[in-house]
Amino acid sequence: MKLTPGAVITEPGSTTRYQTNGWRTFRPAVDSGKCTGCGLCWLYCPDAVISRGKPPGVDYRYCKGCGICANECPAKAITMVPEERG
Amino acid sequence: MKQALTGNEAAAIAAKLARVKVISAYPITPQTAVVERLAEFVANGELDAEFIKVESEHSALSACIGAAATGTRTFTATSSQGLMLMSEMLFVASGLRLPIVMANANRSLSAPLSIWCDQQDSMAVRDSGWVQLYCENNQEVLDSVLQAYRVAEELLLPVMVCFDGFILSHTAEPVDIPGQAEVDEFLPPYKLPNPLDPCRPVTMGPVGVPECYEEFRCMLQEATRASKEKLIEVGRAFWKHFRRRYGLIERYRSNDADVLLLTMGSLGSSAKDIVDSYRKRGEKVGLVRVRSFRPFPVKELIDALGSAKAVSVLEKDVSPGSAGALFLDTAAAFINVKRAPLMLDFICGLGGRDVSSLHIREAVRAATRAAEIGEVRKAVRWLGLREKLVGLRI
Repeated sequence: MKLTPGAVITEPGSTTRYQTNGWRTFRPAVDSGKCTGCGLCWLYCPDAVISRGKPPGVDYRYCKGCGICANECPAKAITMVPEERG
Repeated sequence: MKQALTGNEAAAIAAKLARVKVISAYPITPQTAVVERLAEFVANGELDAEFIKVESEHSALSACIGAAATGTRTFTATSSQGLMLMSEMLFVASGLRLPIVMANANRSLSAPLSIWCDQQDSMAVRDSGWVQLYCENNQEVLDSVLQAYRVAEELLLPVMVCFDGFILSHTAEPVDIPGQAEVDEFLPPYKLPNPLDPCRPVTMGPVGVPECYEEFRCMLQEATRASKEKLIEVGRAFWKHFRRRYGLIERYRSNDADVLLLTMGSLGSSAKDIVDSYRKRGEKVGLVRVRSFRPFPVKELIDALGSAKAVSVLEKDVSPGSAGALFLDTAAAFINVKRAPLMLDFICGLGGRDVSSLHIREAVRAATRAAEIGEVRKAVRWLGLREKLVGLRI
């Protein structure tokens, strides 16, 4: 891929090629026992990496670990756990 | 057709001849008359363009960036504090590789407040990725704006045409105004490769992650380096159309000179008079004037200065704690060259201080003395400084 002068991106959807999981220091872990399937995590996720379900699915290739899902979850079913290194 | 024009009028008429489609600017002394005149052209129907009125220079350049991103020929003008307020957007314009042309009437910077001429404003933004041309007279102002669009559009680089505030901006000189048909032939419409267009969406100004940011900076550096050849090529084309010659530097009686003056802008014409007076007495004094400061003409300066014994740089800017910018870059040009002239730097003409023939002669004498004794005792000096007011022996 050759860069264009001025960093103009001429094709749509190029962000899918840039996986942002490396930005994450905490990952959302879902407790399926507590999850009520209300869908608020899916609604609030700013990166649209959560798919609806009981429990919800998280696309860890793009999740940046912002923690909004855990903060919004009314059932306290999502906790942010340190990303394991190594 | 020859007319008596101020530098400001010359810049405005050049923008009109270039058929600019969008102008956005904010008034500031000594540039105001450039956009005043353009506003008149638009208002009375002489120029079919959009004049976008804004609340600051930051917005003026931002509006130009938006317009240029659609592939529209765009123009702005500013000076001094206005250029400082634009500085954030200067880097955006060059980073987005938008061929905007700007006229900058050189003026000093606050504080203390000064509306008068020096070149500190454009020197402060020399690293902004804009091509910088410095003009000696009003004819060169007009001609440089026309050439600037060719260079800008062929390489996707913004270009700043600098001319000394008041000394050129407010002084009328005879200027040959080319006909519209000739200009149209020299400067055809251009097509931006990837413009903002709702029918063909693109993303402009995305995040440059560490994996690619450096590459974009390198591409800007390479394009700016390539602009040297482009300036020469466009200068040749300009000569063919209009019979006026321009290059990266101007050499005046410099070929056999032992002592050379090196300067930029309107000081060039004063220095030519002094060179003539020395030549009359048989002394080998010459002048080299840098027209293109960015890209910096390294090879050309090595050729032009390399055989002289000593060079005095006359410049209207200073990098406090170091020296003048022209001196620094010229000295750096000789870093890996075996035979280099001795070099002296004369800071002068700051904040509108007059640079008289006596001052220029002092710079010639100092270089002559350095050539005689074969060394420079003090490299950076001030010309015309009122030492008593400073309270220090400089």
